[in-house]
Amino acid sequence: MNIRGWAAKIVLPLLVAMFCFAGTSELFSKSHAPTSLTFEAQAQDSLHPSTESGSSADEDSERGVAIFQATFAGISLASILILMASGLSIIFGLMGVINMAHGEFMMLGAFSCYVVNMAFKQFFPPQIFDFYWFVAIPVAFLVCAAIGAMCEALIIWRLYGRQLDSMLATWGIGLILIQAVRLTFGDTVALTPPSWFEGGWEITAGIVLPWNRIFIIAYSALCLGVLYWIIHHTRFGRILRATMQNREMASALGVNTKVIDRATFALGAGLAGLAGCAVVLVDKLNPQMGQGYIVDSFLVVVAGGVGKLFGIVVAGLGLGFLTKYLEPFLQAVYGKVFVLLAIVALIRWRPNGIFANRGRLAND
Amino acid sequence: MKNALSLIAVLSLFVVIGWDQSGARAADDVVKIGVLHSLTGTMAISETSLRDAVLMAVDEINSKGGVLGKKIEPVIVDPASNWDLFAEKAKELLQRDKVAVVFGCWTSVSRKSVLPVFEANNGLLFYPVQYEGEEMSKNIFYTGATPNQQLLPAAKYLMGPEGGNKKKFYLLGTDYVFPRTANKILKAYLLASGIPEANIVEEYTPFGHADYQTIVAKIKKFGQNGDAAVLSTINGDSNVPFYKEFANQGLTAHDIPIMAFSVAEDELRSMETKSLVGHLAAWNYFQSIDTPANKDFVARFKDYAVRKNLPGGASRVTDDPIEAAYFGVYVWKAAVEKAHSFDVDKVRDAVYGLEFDAPGGAKKMHAQSIAALPGIALGNHHTYKPVYIGKIQSDGQFQIIWHSDGLVEPEPYSKYVNPDADKIYERTVLSWYGK
Repeated sequence: MNIRGWAAKIVLPLLVAMFCFAGTSELFSKSHAPTSLTFEAQAQDSLHPSTESGSSADEDSERGVAIFQATFAGISLASILILMASGLSIIFGLMGVINMAHGEFMMLGAFSCYVVNMAFKQFFPPQIFDFYWFVAIPVAFLVCAAIGAMCEALIIWRLYGRQLDSMLATWGIGLILIQAVRLTFGDTVALTPPSWFEGGWEITAGIVLPWNRIFIIAYSALCLGVLYWIIHHTRFGRILRATMQNREMASALGVNTKVIDRATFALGAGLAGLAGCAVVLVDKLNPQMGQGYIVDSFLVVVAGGVGKLFGIVVAGLGLGFLTKYLEPFLQAVYGKVFVLLAIVALIRWRPNGIFANRGRLAND
Repeated sequence: MKNALSLIAVLSLFVVIGWDQSGARAADDVVKIGVLHSLTGTMAISETSLRDAVLMAVDEINSKGGVLGKKIEPVIVDPASNWDLFAEKAKELLQRDKVAVVFGCWTSVSRKSVLPVFEANNGLLFYPVQYEGEEMSKNIFYTGATPNQQLLPAAKYLMGPEGGNKKKFYLLGTDYVFPRTANKILKAYLLASGIPEANIVEEYTPFGHADYQTIVAKIKKFGQNGDAAVLSTINGDSNVPFYKEFANQGLTAHDIPIMAFSVAEDELRSMETKSLVGHLAAWNYFQSIDTPANKDFVARFKDYAVRKNLPGGASRVTDDPIEAAYFGVYVWKAAVEKAHSFDVDKVRDAVYGLEFDAPGGAKKMHAQSIAALPGIALGNHHTYKPVYIGKIQSDGQFQIIWHSDGLVEPEPYSKYVNPDADKIYERTVLSWYGK
């Protein structure tokens, strides 16, 4: 690893983090000058409803609470995005396919969770009901991986190298999956989350960290750890990386790249299924749920650099923090606009993401 | 061969004539109506139930002999949650199918898109959903609530002793026309009721917003003294993550009640109700209204869903828009019978002041003549309705905890945002008559 690579990997995220922190402490501070923009004024009112009465120590602790909560919320948001983006990124990195159906694979994972949930309600004693979620994780992974492999075998492999066509095809697959699920389950299903995930951990008065979010962060970290191990410490991972770097050479050395493609697509879809299991704990469950996540996942992939696990983690956290630090001031709607502008600026500055390939690997 | 051919030609001629005659005969004893609800796309989840309610009413009317001796023939079109398509389909219904009346629309944007079509073709639309007001068309009858029949009584309830004497209000909505206008009216009303501006927060989220961590944290801080309430116009499936986050951050309906204006029984079907129990909603009808007429209606709706093999079957529920869509058909029938005609102008006059029994109880249509147009029947095209506030139960139903004294007069133009609300009515009806 050369010095430049390390510099990019460590210094850049640090800079980004410092920038975020400096920006937010500035924003969170009370000396914020009043502006003519109503949404900022409103946000201030809502964040500091009792400005007159608070002493400076109160203000400090209040600010601390706000920053702490925004940080937790940012990590929580990021953990879901990272999980989604990782699958998207390996598929894009290996096959150059922009998988528009990725959100739908997540939705399939969520519905697998729902099916397991219903099965437990029906066939198992209520004492062990809460464990359904752990059964649902492998089920969701396998279902999504199987359907992913099927799609790859039937449609997608024919379109390798035709980026626009494969994009359209995967979008169509997504629509088919949405409608198939809608016809099977309908739009009105509700899932009972395990009872452990209710409520939260009250650190101090006023700060409650919901259990489900804490759990999702741990779950996401674990999944990423396993994925990292697969990619960097198994034979399959080595072949995968080899194929990603130079398909012809890998093929010449006896790697059956078609099998690798199929397995990778299945792995990516399976990762989306794992994300689905996490999403149902905090979000709604319906056939269209995947579409709410696909855009943000793409942003993470684009910002992080294609096929870079580490880049995705940094970009996911960056996006999560940016969104959550800005939301108290700009509200959700304007916050979103600002985040998208920031991504545009980033792409202008680094067209291939924060962690773009360099040297010989850069040109493709 | 030639003979055979001419035989076929003659036979087919007979068939065509026969067809035509049967068609002509059919046209004589049926009356066509249009059903304009999205059956696909984002709004399908809500609008499909309204189509079912309208078709059930049609079924009932037909089995009792129809209207003025004619069977109703519904023409069902699917505008697919696409606002432009709404206008196209409305035009098709009015010009090609020549329907006598149309029942349809849910979102305000779809109604705004068909409004010019109905006015240009002098059609008639029954619109069954509560909305933000600020509209009054000669060609639309509004069977849902106006702001003063839903939003304002709910806010008033929360400020009163029964609602916990709330002093601070968090107006939270999805970013589109209904929440924006509703909150404008609510804010004006709260200010007029003596709530200081600093105690009112207005906030919006994009459609499909799923991450409510920051907002719930803000609400929690906002309401830490126990004197705050949330007035929610959050639309559709964003409600699921919102209520989940609310409960998981340790907030209950006891600390900070959420008063919802867009969550009804049909929406609760797709939510895990555990985190919602105890929160409130304001409507003009609940399935739990305890009268024989309503129980019969609920049973008939479930039975209809089972018989027609609709998704959900016996687990289907009724709610406010379903009731409004259903009784809209009966209002039209009663008006046609009163007018002895299907003619739009005559039916319109007959609707004014019409009193009728809906599943949720007796209601009536607005009527008010003005001095400048003596002897002409007029009304603001909206419906007198009762107001109910319900508490969400674990079975997805509402326990009614408050109701208005009798029917509340509809005010499409809220006086809190239109200082000249009274004059708008007169100005509008005069414009209908070219004055």
